[in-house]
Amino acid sequence: MADRFPSPFEMPTPPGAEGWQDLYAYSSVFSDDRREYEDGAFWFMDGVHTPEVILPWDATILEYAIIGLSQYNTRHYVIPPALGVDIRFLNGYMYLSPVGVADPKEIEARVPEFAERAGYYFANWDRLYAAWMPKLRALIDELETISFPALPHREDMAVITEGRGTGSSLDLLTTYHKLIDLTMKLWHHHFEFLNLGYAAYLDFFGACKQLFPSIPDQAIAKMVAGIQVDLFRPDEELKKLAQLAVDLDVADRLLAEGAAADVLESLRGSAGGDKWLAAWEEAKQPWFNFSAGSGFYHSDKVWLEYLDIPLGFLRTYITKVQRGESLERPMEAVVAERDRIVEEYTELIDDDEDRATFAAKLGLARTVFPYVENHNFYVEHWAHSVVWRKMRDLGRMLVDAGFFENPDDVFLLSRHEVPEVLFDLYHGWAVGAPSRGPKYWPREMARRSGIMTALRQWSPPPALGVPPEVITEPFTVMLWGITSESVKQWLGGASDSGALSGFAASPGIAEGPARVILSADGIADLREGEILVAPLTAPSWAPVFGKIAATVTDVGGIMSHAAIVCREYGLPAVTGTAFGTKNIKTGQRLRVDGNEGTVTVLE
Amino acid sequence: MAQILWFENYQPADAAVLGGKNTSLGTMFSAGLPVPPGFAVSADCYRKALADAGLSGQIDALVAAVDMRDPVSVSAAGERARELITGLAMSADLDEAIRAAYARLGEKCGDERVPVAVRSSATCEDQPDASFAGEHDTYLWVRGGDAVTDAVRRCWASLFTDRGIAYRLERGYGQHGAAMSVGVQQMVRPRAAGVAFTLNPLDGDRSQIAIDASWGFGEAVVSGEVTPDNYLVDKVMGTITRRTISAKTTEYRLTDADAVVAAEVEEARQSVPCLTDEQIAAVARLARRAEKHYKCPQDVEWALDEALDDVVLLQSRPETVWSRRPKAGGSCNADPIASMVHTLLHPVKGTPESTC
Repeated sequence: MADRFPSPFEMPTPPGAEGWQDLYAYSSVFSDDRREYEDGAFWFMDGVHTPEVILPWDATILEYAIIGLSQYNTRHYVIPPALGVDIRFLNGYMYLSPVGVADPKEIEARVPEFAERAGYYFANWDRLYAAWMPKLRALIDELETISFPALPHREDMAVITEGRGTGSSLDLLTTYHKLIDLTMKLWHHHFEFLNLGYAAYLDFFGACKQLFPSIPDQAIAKMVAGIQVDLFRPDEELKKLAQLAVDLDVADRLLAEGAAADVLESLRGSAGGDKWLAAWEEAKQPWFNFSAGSGFYHSDKVWLEYLDIPLGFLRTYITKVQRGESLERPMEAVVAERDRIVEEYTELIDDDEDRATFAAKLGLARTVFPYVENHNFYVEHWAHSVVWRKMRDLGRMLVDAGFFENPDDVFLLSRHEVPEVLFDLYHGWAVGAPSRGPKYWPREMARRSGIMTALRQWSPPPALGVPPEVITEPFTVMLWGITSESVKQWLGGASDSGALSGFAASPGIAEGPARVILSADGIADLREGEILVAPLTAPSWAPVFGKIAATVTDVGGIMSHAAIVCREYGLPAVTGTAFGTKNIKTGQRLRVDGNEGTVTVLE
Repeated sequence: MAQILWFENYQPADAAVLGGKNTSLGTMFSAGLPVPPGFAVSADCYRKALADAGLSGQIDALVAAVDMRDPVSVSAAGERARELITGLAMSADLDEAIRAAYARLGEKCGDERVPVAVRSSATCEDQPDASFAGEHDTYLWVRGGDAVTDAVRRCWASLFTDRGIAYRLERGYGQHGAAMSVGVQQMVRPRAAGVAFTLNPLDGDRSQIAIDASWGFGEAVVSGEVTPDNYLVDKVMGTITRRTISAKTTEYRLTDADAVVAAEVEEARQSVPCLTDEQIAAVARLARRAEKHYKCPQDVEWALDEALDDVVLLQSRPETVWSRRPKAGGSCNADPIASMVHTLLHPVKGTPESTC
């Protein structure tokens, strides 16, 4: 077994992708300038958020996200052993590297600062968290006010009469800066609570392992998991709408063949139809600001903009209601099971002091957990949906100005190029002479599209560089599911015994035929009783969990989406298998053991 | 004087004449634990039989003369006492009572020559702080009234094994006060058998049930002659948290002549798990019930009965190693910040270890 992964400097540029580096921030690509540091570090591919090639503008949000995370570890809460997570783009894929504090004296010195800063947040959690949602709603409202109108033929008369003394060009540039600054702010808000939430959860996790060394991970997760989770609301809304459609006798019209726009239109005019449409409109805001992917790609389809997606799920639910099946999640059973688990472990603690500590840590973990589970809807789904929409508006404006042909081409620009493009537009508009863009960009966009196509042919290795002895950064373990064990497994390569192992993310054992799904577009192929095998799952896949028998993912830990949802639905799940989608073929019979974290190919 | 006490009619007041092992069986039976049926010959019968035969004084004198520092004297006195007891004539009254009870057990089990285990149960045996385990005789696979009454006499005699005498002397138990009750219980014919602890013996983890299991009779596991399959089952979640399958080379089997003999396990079966997941769960449930009943960690012997195709409980005793350790209070840090720092500095493993 090798003791290190290939060097990032050994990675060849895929043919036809030459020059890809120039499309990303100069600070976020590997270079000789930092070679010694970069070559000695450990880099893992972030398959949880970005399993595919990332376009230059999309890289913005990832940089803001990962660097925001880092800032809170390093500069806000002073997490004693962990600095940030470094980020690089390689052949269009994102690699991350957890950075620790090496010097034990320095770790020691950070402890009092951490105690003061994190302690303040834990002690005032409810008050501070109460302010979070209004902050985020205000931010989304502000994002919604953004618009990118074309530069006017003449400045409005009001500019003259009010003596404004500025022009629309300045507004255009300012608005773009506002959009990216609000996006950065969004990610600052995102990590205000998350790092601490994970730290508190890990502490409870550690206490459980100390009291009960062999306690299964999912037992710990079950004791903490929330029941009313906003991330499930979009799905819940569809279930309610399905029931309502049957009650109002409009189900058949919704089930009729046709595109969403036509089907919805056909309901208009009848009493039941109008009533149902009103409920549908009501549910759309905010719950249809829901991405079919991780929310980190501009190309992820958002329900609001692709009504066929929620309509498809709705139809499945309507059919179930008509068959007399219950759509309710077994809430009472989940709550009763959670309470039983807590009670029984508590009874098994001999010592009064330990029992009190256990209760206190469980209490804190439950205090922080709603944020851990809920923020995702508000940030990655809702706010991101707005950011992508506004950028697309900007793209459309540039298409109208003749700069390129497709509004989505704007995402082939890096975030710092956009002001230059806008300046070019301004230049031509102000002078009354041709901008360079309309000649320059169509050619350049063709070249960039070619680079992206070439990058998509490349298969990124799961990791690069030198793995550390132990991985301590809390996000790396909890969210990405990267542990010293998974690193060892990657180094050893896939086993050839037909067995895969990963996180025992949701208990239970199931057997069934595999369905390998590589992207959201494939989920319509899933049949009742199949085992979903995917690189990862996204919240908007929720409706499929009603029909599958188990889930296997390549990436993700016990807090990954697949893990959380499968625990809610009572389905076995094994996450972070690394090679699931590579080794398993659709149709193979699998045995998924969510108790032990193993997947066996039976035939 | 009650001669025969059925396990199913067990009353706590009977404990004094039942001895540790029979009391334990009676308690388990009355708690609804899956124990094979049977009855006990009370310790009073032993006392009366010795008195009737005029042996009480003679045996007391034999034991009183023993010099504990001299193993030869212990062994000579023991041998003589055992000879006397094995040779005594049981009263017709008791002989008939035992035969009648055996016949009734035969009816219950649908086999008039039902095979039984005849076990010694000394009156102070199996106290939490005094283990007589292995000190006295057990006869397995006994059939028919003659053999049963004979085995009862031999169990009585085994009160005076060398180890039994020495054990009582060392602990200062009065030799005169020691008496022997005898249990007669339907034999199970195990496909697999073993022991279970209601905690993890390696680290004292109370949330786990540790199961050792091997082919055939439990003797192979108890004596340590085989490396058994080993499982850890989480009590609360019911999940198998660890499983280690070993090559089980020896098993105790029953011959056609009702003898239990050690035999080599054929190679193809050695490394096959001897329990299914459902059976593992059944053993864990049984151990957990015993623990809940006794309200303290248990050390359980169980068997998977061939005929019943179900798990039965053979014995349950308090676990003594971890239970006697002083409780390590405050084993996790109550100060959340200090504890978080500790957790961050010493990250716990994210994945449970798997040794499959």
